[in-house]
Amino acid sequence: MNRVEGRVKVTGLATYAAEYPVEGVTYAYPVQSRIAKGRITHVDASRALAMPGVLGVLSVEEPPELAEDADAELALFQSRDVAYRGQLIAAAIADTYENARAAADAVRVAYEPADHDVGLRTDHPGLYRPEVVNPDYPADTEQGDLEAGLAEAATTVDVTYTTPVLHNNPMEPHAALALWAGDGRLLVYDSAQGASIDRDIIAKTLGLPPNRVRVVSRHVGGGFGSKGTTRPHAVLAALAARAVGRPVKVALTRQQMFDVTGYRTPTIQRLRLGVDADGRLTALEHIAYEQSSTLVEFAEQTATPARVMYAAPALRTAHRLVRLDVATPSWMRAPGECPGMYALESAMDELAYAAGLDPVELRIRNDPQTEPDSGLPFSSRNLVACLREGAHRFGWDRRDPAPGVRREGEWLVGTGVAASTYPAKRMPSQALATMQDGDFLIQVAATDIGTGARTALTRIAAETLGVAPDRVHVELGDSDLPAAPVAGGSMGTASWGSAIVRACEELMKNGKEGRADTTGEVAADTRLARHAFGAQFAEVRVSAVTGEVRVSRLLGVFAAGHIVDAELARSQFIGGMTMGLGMALMEETQTDEEFGGFLRRDLAQYHVPACADVESIEAVWLEEQDERLNPMGSKGIGEIGIVGTAAAIGNAVHHATGHRVRDLPITPAKILMPRF
Amino acid sequence: MRSFEYARADSPPDAVRRFRPGAMYLGGGTNLVDLMRLGVAEPDRLVDVSRLPLDAIEQIRDRLRIGAAVRNSDLAADPLVRARYPMLARAVLSGASGQVRNMATVAGNLLQRTRCAYFQDVSRPCNKRRPGSGCPAIEGDHANLAVLGRSDACVATHPSDLAVALAALEAEVHVTGPAGDRIIPMPGLHRLPGDAPEQDTVLEPGDLITAVELPAPPPGASAYRKVRERASFAFALVSIAAVMDVRDGIVAGCRIALGGVAHAPWRAERAEEAIIGGPATGAAFLAAAEAELAQARPLPRNAFKVPLARNLIVSTLEELTP
Repeated sequence: MNRVEGRVKVTGLATYAAEYPVEGVTYAYPVQSRIAKGRITHVDASRALAMPGVLGVLSVEEPPELAEDADAELALFQSRDVAYRGQLIAAAIADTYENARAAADAVRVAYEPADHDVGLRTDHPGLYRPEVVNPDYPADTEQGDLEAGLAEAATTVDVTYTTPVLHNNPMEPHAALALWAGDGRLLVYDSAQGASIDRDIIAKTLGLPPNRVRVVSRHVGGGFGSKGTTRPHAVLAALAARAVGRPVKVALTRQQMFDVTGYRTPTIQRLRLGVDADGRLTALEHIAYEQSSTLVEFAEQTATPARVMYAAPALRTAHRLVRLDVATPSWMRAPGECPGMYALESAMDELAYAAGLDPVELRIRNDPQTEPDSGLPFSSRNLVACLREGAHRFGWDRRDPAPGVRREGEWLVGTGVAASTYPAKRMPSQALATMQDGDFLIQVAATDIGTGARTALTRIAAETLGVAPDRVHVELGDSDLPAAPVAGGSMGTASWGSAIVRACEELMKNGKEGRADTTGEVAADTRLARHAFGAQFAEVRVSAVTGEVRVSRLLGVFAAGHIVDAELARSQFIGGMTMGLGMALMEETQTDEEFGGFLRRDLAQYHVPACADVESIEAVWLEEQDERLNPMGSKGIGEIGIVGTAAAIGNAVHHATGHRVRDLPITPAKILMPRF
Repeated sequence: MRSFEYARADSPPDAVRRFRPGAMYLGGGTNLVDLMRLGVAEPDRLVDVSRLPLDAIEQIRDRLRIGAAVRNSDLAADPLVRARYPMLARAVLSGASGQVRNMATVAGNLLQRTRCAYFQDVSRPCNKRRPGSGCPAIEGDHANLAVLGRSDACVATHPSDLAVALAALEAEVHVTGPAGDRIIPMPGLHRLPGDAPEQDTVLEPGDLITAVELPAPPPGASAYRKVRERASFAFALVSIAAVMDVRDGIVAGCRIALGGVAHAPWRAERAEEAIIGGPATGAAFLAAAEAELAQARPLPRNAFKVPLARNLIVSTLEELTP
């Protein structure tokens, strides 16, 4: 079936947060900190206030009223302390966007700057072990005797990998439009990945009961995690609208998005692996170093996939965090698992080479029976089948393992493999199913961020009801609908779909209305290790002249339960793989050591893959029967595609050139310099 | 908002007449409008020259005259250009995206400004944007910046691909201005930063580029190659425009221009001198490339551009050797 919202999107009728036509709307434009650390001594708004069309300036000089326990990233204009360069420290409100922008530029801020520290390093004195890493995993785990395992190994590797700051760059920039009704109710059209949670956070920040706030996110142009938590623009819109008594729109520029919508923490990851003469792991250690801000602790779960992937009698994982004068990192497609698996799967490749083993075989030999960390049985685990199917389709058996020997003219050719994993969870959700003029209306506060969630949910409801999809109408993107979790963590379809199935079952029983809340059902789920798995294969060509890397083939084979919609799934898989290609070869945000903040904050300089970079990409899946997940038997697919892709490409670059680049992205500079 | 005057010119003399201090000419706007949004460019007046009758490509005897307002996509698609100057078409097509090329003009392409991250951010110092404020790129983010001809005041690169090809083709830039008409041979239009990096070119206020004129194609084979980590829509790490004429194994003529390495398209004259008259061998090309790059002053994060440029010169010349 076609996407149910396809027509409104291609005809331009789909309305995004900043596009709702509202009478008397005004505009707020933020003022951002120009220092990375210090104090605001004075904000002089007099010039701005005298400019045409200006309605007001918000700043710490007259702090707007907010809840005392507001999240520190959202507690706008409450403190004189500056936590990072680019922080929103004031805002101008005017009748037009241009006037607001000019007025913001005219606001004069005096600072008392302090020395800042924006550099992540493994010997930073501020490193510490967080209590938990996202969402609630222990920071450290240890089983067996690691040093003994390494000592008895026939082959060991001890390698360090780094990944840079990465930014989500959704097509639709972050924007919000806030309106206060006469009765004190607040309506926010927000570009957000979850209307229910966004409503709760905005209400909490403003000190309002949740039922006085409504969030509408009918269409969202991508997010990848950056819209998964309430961002400051939404709070700014609400505060500004309250201050001027008129609707206020805030639309961040692309540059501002780099500053205040979160980013993937840079990582430094050390891996020590040992393998015996039979190719079985004797020890696996994965330590991740990462950063957070001084405002909020965000501890990414980088080393957690090592707790899932391979059977090793000695297994140690650890996370160390340092609070720097930087913005708070946030979610980016497969937070934790993605950079973690890049390092783990690169190190596994190094181990295979060091031990003289085939990289596919090494992974197969170390496939565990139960989840290594928890000992729990897997609900289903078909990594080996993915590796075998991928190897067969990719022509892996014809591969000569010797690195750096295949050449076509100036182009060195190599292939690489990496495994993928991502948790397959679900969260409690509500849904309502009703009959409307012979058709069916499904209501749930889910969000379609461009993944096709509306279509997938329509299909799930239609299949449950046993009717044609065109008789089912799914309404979502509104916090006044039955509460639902965020579109994130590859949990959306599993969570919302579960509630929709139950609501539809209820409707069929009583013929009138079905109302579901899966809180009890989810809580009663058997304790199992629930993960999707996959295998990524890459063929690259590396110019011996220029160091340019071109990916000539990418193949992903996934085992992600029952696939609800083949077309949407393929889009998700190849989208994730393409994003992984960008991570491998080009994406990087520069940190400005001297002034703080980030540099190259636009799409001309933060390079994401263009069509020309994706020469041949293929995603296939094994149809997995796993009834213990949810009523659909499905696993999320939003993130499994990116995990492992960068490692497969990096491993292929090594195979092509004989040189191992351990710092992403793998640029011509890093290929060329060691060769001379 | 910051207001400015807007005037549309209907002839080159009219454009020059409408120009005044603080004004800027507006062509396709693909760079200038961005810079205005960023607050980098703050003209008091825009003189729109995009509709001047300067959008023709004409053959005049054995030369080709390209109007200043010709769109990049039209230039690259022109049958005469493709047949006689294929390297020029390749250079133009390697720049930007289809959408940008549909808007961008020949003159605007030559006059586009550096993409150095500090230059583009008004909240940070930059000698090119605000003379005397400093150059943080030298200690900071310079991985994409200059290794040749840079100064202690500026390490910016000129981003154009078209300009590199025009430098190798020895194009002439036709200019009209308050002081009358003149012709500037490429690559002389662009200047090195020295201690006045705010001046990208030798143009005086009010000078308007009206055309670019190409002499007859030089004998031999030519190529344009651009290196970037993404296959499309990225500024060059290093690019090369090369023309070489080999007769009986001896190099009769050779022109090399490099992009992405300097404040201006870089004509590699030392390399050319070393090659012309000698045997067309890889060893000779390598020696020539090294002679040229001996004058490079790389910084830690852009040092890779030196071996990259060297490889590119050798490889491209080998490719052009029959």
